[in-house]
Amino acid sequence: MCRIGSIKSKVAFSPSKALYLMLPQQEGHDNSGFAMVMQDLYGIFTPYKDKPLLSLACTQRGAQMVEDFMDSHNFEQVSEWIPVPNDQPGLDIKAMPYYIFRNYDYPEYYRDKPMSEKEELLLDIRLKLRQILENADEGYVYSFWPDVLTLKEIGDPRDIATYFRLWDDNGCLMAKSIVVQCRQNTNYDIVRYAAHPFFLQGYTLCANGENTFYTKNKEFQKSLHRGYVGFESDSQNFLYTLHYVLHELKWPIKYYKDVITPLPFAEIEQREDKDVLKAIRQSLAHLEINGPNTIIANLPDGRMLTCCDSKKLRPVVVGRTDTTVAISSEVCGLNEIMPDRDMTKDIYPNEREVVVIDNDLEVQRWKQ
Amino acid sequence: MEAIKIQDIGKADLKWNIEYIAERCTMCGSCISTCTIGAIQAGVMRVDKIYSEDIKPNPLHSHKTIPVIKQVKNIANACIGCGMCEKVCPNNAIKPVRNYDNRQTLLSRDDGPIKRGGRTNLNAQRTLDHIIVGRISQMTDPALDSQRHTFDIRAPFGRVLPAKSLPFTLKDGKLTMAHKAPPVRWIYPLIFSDMSIGALSTRAWEAVAMATAYLNEKCGLPVRMSSGEGGMPSKLLESEQLKYMILQIASGHFGWNRIIKALPKMKVDPAGVLIKIGQGAKPGDGGLLQAAKVAEHVQAIRGVPKATLSSPPNHQGLYSIEESVQKMHLSLNAAFGFRVPVAIKCAASATSVSVYNNLLRDPYQICGGFFIDGIQGGTGAANEISLDHTGHPIVSKIRDCYLAAVRQGLQGQIPLYGGGGIGMTGNAAADAFKMICLGANGVFIGRLLTQLLGCVGNEHGRCNACNTGKCPTGICTQDPRLVKRLDVDRGAQKIVDYVLTFDKELRKLMAPIGNSSLPVGRSDALVSTDKAIAEQLGIQYVC
Ligand code: SF4
Ligand code: SF4
Repeated sequence: MCRIGSIKSKVAFSPSKALYLMLPQQEGHDNSGFAMVMQDLYGIFTPYKDKPLLSLACTQRGAQMVEDFMDSHNFEQVSEWIPVPNDQPGLDIKAMPYYIFRNYDYPEYYRDKPMSEKEELLLDIRLKLRQILENADEGYVYSFWPDVLTLKEIGDPRDIATYFRLWDDNGCLMAKSIVVQCRQNTNYDIVRYAAHPFFLQGYTLCANGENTFYTKNKEFQKSLHRGYVGFESDSQNFLYTLHYVLHELKWPIKYYKDVITPLPFAEIEQREDKDVLKAIRQSLAHLEINGPNTIIANLPDGRMLTCCDSKKLRPVVVGRTDTTVAISSEVCGLNEIMPDRDMTKDIYPNEREVVVIDNDLEVQRWKQ
Repeated sequence: MEAIKIQDIGKADLKWNIEYIAERCTMCGSCISTCTIGAIQAGVMRVDKIYSEDIKPNPLHSHKTIPVIKQVKNIANACIGCGMCEKVCPNNAIKPVRNYDNRQTLLSRDDGPIKRGGRTNLNAQRTLDHIIVGRISQMTDPALDSQRHTFDIRAPFGRVLPAKSLPFTLKDGKLTMAHKAPPVRWIYPLIFSDMSIGALSTRAWEAVAMATAYLNEKCGLPVRMSSGEGGMPSKLLESEQLKYMILQIASGHFGWNRIIKALPKMKVDPAGVLIKIGQGAKPGDGGLLQAAKVAEHVQAIRGVPKATLSSPPNHQGLYSIEESVQKMHLSLNAAFGFRVPVAIKCAASATSVSVYNNLLRDPYQICGGFFIDGIQGGTGAANEISLDHTGHPIVSKIRDCYLAAVRQGLQGQIPLYGGGGIGMTGNAAADAFKMICLGANGVFIGRLLTQLLGCVGNEHGRCNACNTGKCPTGICTQDPRLVKRLDVDRGAQKIVDYVLTFDKELRKLMAPIGNSSLPVGRSDALVSTDKAIAEQLGIQYVC
């Protein structure tokens, strides 16, 4: 079972905080990896918040391929951060030669286009890059989006942090929102793309659990949107459905749960909005997720949410202080990073419950 | 010594031989009066014996003529192995025994093609038996508890719209329906298949209808029953229970006059309408209700005089899928105010996928279900040649149709129901579960129901005299004397008990794979021990 967590704060913080949230939960873990998506970036990225940031791990040849491609598509590089690794001996990490985090400016003819068109362009570019790197087996591209940084690596999270110098809170890497996962790999092959969180057009998602409807989810999602690719992990389905319900169907967030864990028919019948709930359940039956799972997600507008499966087979807890809200698989993580919080206010979401944290850190919870 | 006439029929030529032990026979005559076929008759036997009562041979002669039960040696009265004689015999003096070396198949065509009911007697290999539920939740995803967790065992019946076409409007953060969508009913994934009044005895039909109502009203399982062609009693058409019934319209259109006339008096809508294009037992062949079975009540319900009633093999006047969709769906939908799902039933065939594809593209979005019936299905009368040699196994057809929809992203929009041999080994839940994992939304059963009522027929040529009006169990006949053999209440009880167990067993299969709602399309849960089957169905091969 993986451990997942997230922090949303009014003050920018460094990724070490996310590591402190996660490490106490690592008991008995195989340390098969660490991954995070940072949103609402500060530090060296502060000046480039509106410029799409490309996050990738690759070989030298891969880096060249990406550069050529971006040049030929008229993307202008405006800044770059290439971490200088602390490659001390004995670290448990299967590092790639290069990690590139690079801000670009849109091609000139795109600069005045509406954001909706830019969003499509950014997706297409990422998909194309992914294809090029994948075909040549020269690297991985995780996200290409303004104000979003993704880092994924295989190994012991502690050592990965050492390698990327994430323990040094030097103010270089800062964010107000981080979603993070420490992996317990249940796939036989450790595939970099399979590491959570997943990202698509402003939606970030991390899941802890097993999606027993993976095959049917995948078969359905494949034809729904060009961005629904990969399927290296059964949890990618959660992200794609989130994107489909909110971005494609433009339904309010509350209906996400009605899609992934629909109410039983007997309960739907008791509801005033039964026509709508039934229609959703039957039209999107192939997006239902059955099996134990907890989800943490970030939405494009900055809201963070968590929700549980219909039987509450996977735990999650939400803790808060005046400035910060954190979500974690286990409470020991919260105790580590916010020991002084009022623990009586911790929220243990129930089955079928959704908890949303808005940008003022107001917490909303609703039963489906 | 008599000359042998080798063309004469002898006992050894027949499929079933009567084994009779004269010493045990009490001459009560029960067997003869029970045999509906006239396969046995009373006769006499001359028993000559030479014996000795002394220690030394001192031959005496006895000459006796004793009454016995004899098997009739002609094809028309050939024993069907139903075993009714054995059932009634108080002394175990008589029973039918299968005769493997018979010549009946060769000799029985003097009066034209053989007609009979029941299932195919060939092609009994079952794909489903080579499939195992192999993906069991263990530690990463805990298995559910079949007793404690709630399961949502429901299947859609009706045209399901894609999410983008749902008539939703957004108001105050809430979705509401701007107008109606096509009707979709969530029913139990086990449908009682179409067997008409006429084919079944009124009592048998009543038993199935009673079981349906009981399952709905007392057990909370929304099982639906199809009427079969030929209409149904006016009383039922005008009752509340009509909501459990799927009205069938087949190529003969029998009974529809009555249904249309009853429309204004209907208190509730029927569960659906099923347009039967073909059935698995006799694909491409019409229905056949022989005059022998057209009793008075059948004449009344169907609105026809006593005569052999044959439905044509096709719907006259409809020669394409587009026409069917347009004329039949539009008119039937219109007749019920677009409140009732209308589905189509076809025999499985090499073209099933094309038909399904066409239905999926139907511009009116009006087809509410696609029922495919495989070669191992069958109840009613048919030519043996059709039963045994035409048709298509169901499993790969369901899978092919499902995958065809998957390729277009249209899965789930026209619910798929598969039948034909479901529960053939007695284990319908396992069959249904596997069919569902392969892409069916549900299954339908017919033959199994008659077997639960007491039918002794099987796919090894036992009984299968459903066409003759001489059904020994009173299930497939209108002969009032025979119909009385069937205990309606006990029959209905058997069906109810079976379905309740089916429900438990289905949970027992859903729980280990960690699913609380039906695993439609979860082919990853299945494995096959047969490489060819695994490859064809796209599931894992294991050995
Ligand atoms: S087995 Fe059936 S058909 Fe044969 S003799 Fe007995 S009762 Fe008649
Ligand atoms: S018992 Fe009746 S229903 Fe069953 S096979 Fe024989 S004739 Fe047909």
